[in-house]
Amino acid sequence: MIDWLFVPLSYSFMQRGLMASLMVGVLCAVVGCYVVLRSMAFLGDAMAHAILPGVAIAYLLKGNLFFGALVAAVIVALSIGFFTRQGTIKEDTAIGVLFAAALASGVALISTVKTYAMDLTHILFGNVLGVSSTDLFLTAGVGLGVLITIFLLYKEFLIVSFDPLFAATLRLPVETLRTLMLVLLALTIVVSLQTVGVGLVTAMLVTPGATAYLLSKRLSTMMVISAAVGAISSISGLYLSFYINVASGAAVVLIATGIFVLAYLFAPPKGMIWKFVQRTSS
Amino acid sequence: MVNYDGKAALYGVSFCVPVGTRVAVIGPNGAGKSTLFKALAGLLPLRSGNISIHGFPPGHHEDCVAYIPQREEVDWQFPVTVAEVVTMGRYGRVGWLRRPGKQDKTIVARAIEQLGISDLAHRPIGSLSGGQQQRVFLARALVQEPHILLMDEPFTGVDISTQETMFALFDQLHKVQVTVLVSTHDLKLAAANFDQVLLLNHHLIAYGPSEQVLTSEHLMEAFGGQVLLLDGAVVVDKAAHKCKSYEE
Repeated sequence: MIDWLFVPLSYSFMQRGLMASLMVGVLCAVVGCYVVLRSMAFLGDAMAHAILPGVAIAYLLKGNLFFGALVAAVIVALSIGFFTRQGTIKEDTAIGVLFAAALASGVALISTVKTYAMDLTHILFGNVLGVSSTDLFLTAGVGLGVLITIFLLYKEFLIVSFDPLFAATLRLPVETLRTLMLVLLALTIVVSLQTVGVGLVTAMLVTPGATAYLLSKRLSTMMVISAAVGAISSISGLYLSFYINVASGAAVVLIATGIFVLAYLFAPPKGMIWKFVQRTSS
Repeated sequence: MVNYDGKAALYGVSFCVPVGTRVAVIGPNGAGKSTLFKALAGLLPLRSGNISIHGFPPGHHEDCVAYIPQREEVDWQFPVTVAEVVTMGRYGRVGWLRRPGKQDKTIVARAIEQLGISDLAHRPIGSLSGGQQQRVFLARALVQEPHILLMDEPFTGVDISTQETMFALFDQLHKVQVTVLVSTHDLKLAAANFDQVLLLNHHLIAYGPSEQVLTSEHLMEAFGGQVLLLDGAVVVDKAAHKCKSYEE
């Protein structure tokens, strides 16, 4: 009866895939709470796309794709921080310009390679079943680093997100903390590329966080719920893709979206149906 | 002098507040009240001149100044409870990589009780009324144990009982030598509840006890066409139904 649970586990590529997507699902979900609360969804999307040229250059030089993405991501995080600090153009405009340019140069670079369509598909949509043991260790290492940083700086990040003006009166280094947050976001996106790809990483960042937002009144609770949603959708998405043979990244995102819709409809007290019931009973 | 977008938002502002004084800062919208407070809190650079707090520039003493901005400056939909917001006032003293300890929790609980919001402690801040939100932020400022308290427009959109709680608190702070600066455009509240009044419109118009500051010439200078002089009563920028109390 429960063979369907264990059959996929007999394949080592599925074991690695499950491990990878579980780690990425939880990591994205926790970091995603800040993305949701600080309305950085567009920024996360932009950053994911801006990583492309880094990956492309690493690919052309036959270097490590992971490090290519990492270098590009950190450069993007720092330059977004720099541009928005000046305040001469609006934040989302600066990001829009930067991200379109980076995406274009990434595509241009990759299009010089013969196997262009295939490689681009992997970068754009991920290939969780092709995860190697090295990738797994890198993901675990970077992911753990990001989560530990968030744990240690919980109260500082809470203040900077909720009330930056107050953070400034406490003489906290607001700009540095904000840039650090961008760097953590960049690292998260980089380790997620293999699993969900550039195109879908925003969904993994935003959807579990948005679901948890509907269900919690504290940031710490929100992070736990978000992580659970991320983990559940990662694992069930992978099973779904194993049995009905759809792209794994897409399956994960669709399940996360399904959970979000349920929360949106039924969650007390912010859910639509809950509100409707309260209105009719009062 | 404080700069804002290249223009001077404040100039010719020079005053000295003795320790423990309650000061009402009055001026029309856009007069630079918020700018003055941000400069005092060390959030804005000065183009010229200097501010001295206990002989130090703003931003020198970590917990010496507590600043409560206008309520619109905070994200009220953020998932955070009343107790958590008040605890934030301790973060400056707790320090990096550490969590608030027993003593911090006692101080937080005392401030929450003092402002009469104990029953709201575990509610999300988004569910509170304007007056309750103002109490939460006042509690957060109290646990900072400040020497100087700056409040920007705390009476706007706040119920009478919260106003009374605030004045009672200002009295207590006055007794323990905490200096309080509050901006408002309610002249009546300012005259009745504060030791000194500071009249501001980009520059300092007058500073001193209310009966010396709130004269018709000074008010005309500060508010220009917005001011209406009735027999002995002054009405500034008020809705018609609120003017009755001034005419009596």
